[in-house]
Amino acid sequence: MDRYLLIVSTICFLTAIAHTAIEFRGRIFRPLRFNFLAVVLGFVFQTAFLSIRGRDVGRCPITNLFEVIIFVAWSVALFYILIGPSYRLSLMGAFTAPVVALLQLFALLAPIDKRHTVKVPANSWLEFHASMSLVAYGAFALACIAGVMYLVQERQLKTHELRSIFYHLPPLTDLFAAITRLLWWGFALYTLGLVSGFFVGQPLPWTQIVCASAVWILYGLILQGRYLRWFAPKRVAALCIIGFSAALTLLWGITFTAQTHTP
Amino acid sequence: MNLFCVGLSHHSADLETRESFAGHAETDRILRSCGCDEALLLSTCNRVEVYAAAENFISTEQIARCLSRAQKVDLDARFNNFYRYEAADCVRHLFRVASGLDSMVVGETEILGQAKKAYEAARVAGAAGRYLHRLFQRAFRVAKHVRTQTEITRGAVSVGSVAVDLAQKIFGDLANCKVLVLGAGETSERTVRALVSRGVTDLRVSNRSPERAEALASAVNGRAVPFEKWRGQCGEIDILIASTSSEVPLLSQEQLAPVLRERIDRPLFIIDIAVPRDVAPDVNALDGVYLYDMDSLQSIAEQSLATRRAQVAAAEEIIASHVSQFIDLIARGLQSPGKNSDCSTVGESSLRASES
Repeated sequence: MDRYLLIVSTICFLTAIAHTAIEFRGRIFRPLRFNFLAVVLGFVFQTAFLSIRGRDVGRCPITNLFEVIIFVAWSVALFYILIGPSYRLSLMGAFTAPVVALLQLFALLAPIDKRHTVKVPANSWLEFHASMSLVAYGAFALACIAGVMYLVQERQLKTHELRSIFYHLPPLTDLFAAITRLLWWGFALYTLGLVSGFFVGQPLPWTQIVCASAVWILYGLILQGRYLRWFAPKRVAALCIIGFSAALTLLWGITFTAQTHTP
Repeated sequence: MNLFCVGLSHHSADLETRESFAGHAETDRILRSCGCDEALLLSTCNRVEVYAAAENFISTEQIARCLSRAQKVDLDARFNNFYRYEAADCVRHLFRVASGLDSMVVGETEILGQAKKAYEAARVAGAAGRYLHRLFQRAFRVAKHVRTQTEITRGAVSVGSVAVDLAQKIFGDLANCKVLVLGAGETSERTVRALVSRGVTDLRVSNRSPERAEALASAVNGRAVPFEKWRGQCGEIDILIASTSSEVPLLSQEQLAPVLRERIDRPLFIIDIAVPRDVAPDVNALDGVYLYDMDSLQSIAEQSLATRRAQVAAAEEIIASHVSQFIDLIARGLQSPGKNSDCSTVGESSLRASES
């Protein structure tokens, strides 16, 4: 039953992608409202899935790689819904939907939904630590999406080759401001998640600690570089993409060790 | 009821001819002199058109005489410049005009505002009745529909407006942008004025002749900067408009690179409209610098115009569907579905072409 909810949610995100593609082909571009509604609907089904799964496993549904990926996808959609309209970044929905759809399609198609045979007792600190860290991933993902948008717009301005999308993407300075704010949100939430890890009350695997710290240091350096003017905005945008790719890889490492570590 | 349009535009008449008919007639005068039941005058720099509804046939000549009477122009010589559209053709023509399809620059939106003003003037004068009211309200809706459903208004089509559009795509809100104008020529003044119209307030002008710099600075509420000190401004400004008559580039990559290190997080938009160029082309390779010269701005303007022209067919389709809907509405007696208006008598005289 819960997987059906996830399938419907994925269809919502795929619909947003299809709508964007059709508008692109027709050279008519007004995807903001439609994409926003599609993402909101997808988010509702995601939330329903996570809630059912949570009741099923008796804790926050991040017990295996499948659930972790869905939780990250949910966080991305959550940040888009909370932040997208307030920053008024047109086309952010058009860029967000493919990321969420890809994450969910991978989770649905790959054989990674392996349930634990033994029910793990709930640990509120551990759940807070893990969920807060994954919500931070949502902010990092959205910073990555804004980074892609920045690089697309920057390249067009630099090469003087203005395509249809140029007129619909937000200005460079607005995108950079959004990237900076998202990095701060992500970093603050991740720090909160990391610090709460010290209160879990049980030893965590060292690989998990190293991977989590690496993500924290990576984003800390990007923010430090941005404020100390080590990097130009274009570099910061590129680092957001590299950073999120690295963070996703490390997340896989963290989840894998957590799964093998769980009794 | 005969619904028709008589007029001349940049398609059919030269400026001199248009001048001799423009602005001499008021809507109520047309109504009185020609016997129209309803009349509306749309007079812009590119067209003089009368939209009218009349029970009896009103000839093109009668309308032309109304428009020209005060001037006593040689009507016979200029009569051929007039066109006339009736019934569905008249509806189609107005929808095309309001949507910017009939404009000199395809897709320009100024005409919609002018049409709204003309309608308002006729309404206030009591010259626009239910036919013209419905016709123009529908025309405004069609224009909006065309604008949102196609890319007919996309992109700027003049060098100045392209520069302003680009500035907005880099900085967003231009109110906090600092602009330095290098060279107080006519083109730079036009570009500066376009930027001012979008909210720029911090303007600095530098020119070899301090008097001209002062003159332009006071004209645009800016301040003059001595020519020998303009490079020092590059660390502060966001937009540089260069248009001097210098034979050699005034700004090279080597000169700009050290300044940029101090402003790494702020983009610099350089509009080089000088020929020969004031800024070395390799400056564009620097991170955060967006250099546009006359050719690149012109090319973007042409690209936008080409895109607009490519959208004409889609716009015509939208207009065609609205024309048939409107004609149906007229045939039903101007009644919206489900509404019983007081127009029952109008149904008897549905739209027809004039019997000349």
